[in-house]
Amino acid sequence: MKLFFARGAVLVLATLLGLSAWAVEVGETAPEFDLSGRLAAVKLSDYKGKTVYLDFWASWCGPCKQSFPWMNEMQARYGAKGLRVVGVNVDQKTDAANAFLRSHPANFELLFDPTGKTPKSYAIKAMPTSVLIGPDGTVLHVHSGFKDDERAMLEQQIKQALRL
Amino acid sequence: MKNKAMGLLMLALLPWLGACSSPGQVHAWEKGKLAKPGMAFDGDPLDLRFVQHIYTSKENSSGGQGVGGGGCGCN
Repeated sequence: MKLFFARGAVLVLATLLGLSAWAVEVGETAPEFDLSGRLAAVKLSDYKGKTVYLDFWASWCGPCKQSFPWMNEMQARYGAKGLRVVGVNVDQKTDAANAFLRSHPANFELLFDPTGKTPKSYAIKAMPTSVLIGPDGTVLHVHSGFKDDERAMLEQQIKQALRL
Repeated sequence: MKNKAMGLLMLALLPWLGACSSPGQVHAWEKGKLAKPGMAFDGDPLDLRFVQHIYTSKENSSGGQGVGGGGCGCN
């Protein structure tokens, strides 16, 4: 009987721990993905040696609209220094994403994941979420949401990652 | 005998409880439909304010709707 309860407790604990540990954290290696882009399929490992600002966005997400001009600006400002802004769209229907892109043009790499496999592997908790990935593939910074007063902090993170 | 039949019936109905279980977690990237304006609890913000004003006037109190008030019914 005692053993039964002990086993039960271990099972419950393992479940709880499993849930909390299941997230991309700073210092870990960013999970690999292979997604279709606007022209060809793109893998995370294709960006080895570049600093990647990976942004998960959806057409129905309000703050994502605000983040697009800013991400264009970051790509334009730090592209030559080795930054690659990569937007991963998580809409189930790509038509919705295309309509969004007509009114909010993106001058950075766009990938499409209608299955939700990539946000799942990154354990995304909110829209938008950005993951800053270093040239060696380790996660440097994770940020949920996008507010006006967070721009400076996010840019500072990018600058730090690029050692500027 | 009756008790036994009742017990069996209960046992047979037990799987129905499964219908009460949660259909699983809705992930952050699956909330497209939930993000539609029609899914909001309060549709029109102006209309909501109006309804709240009438309500608090009728109840002769204010506050409790996220607005400060002493309950004197004067605002």
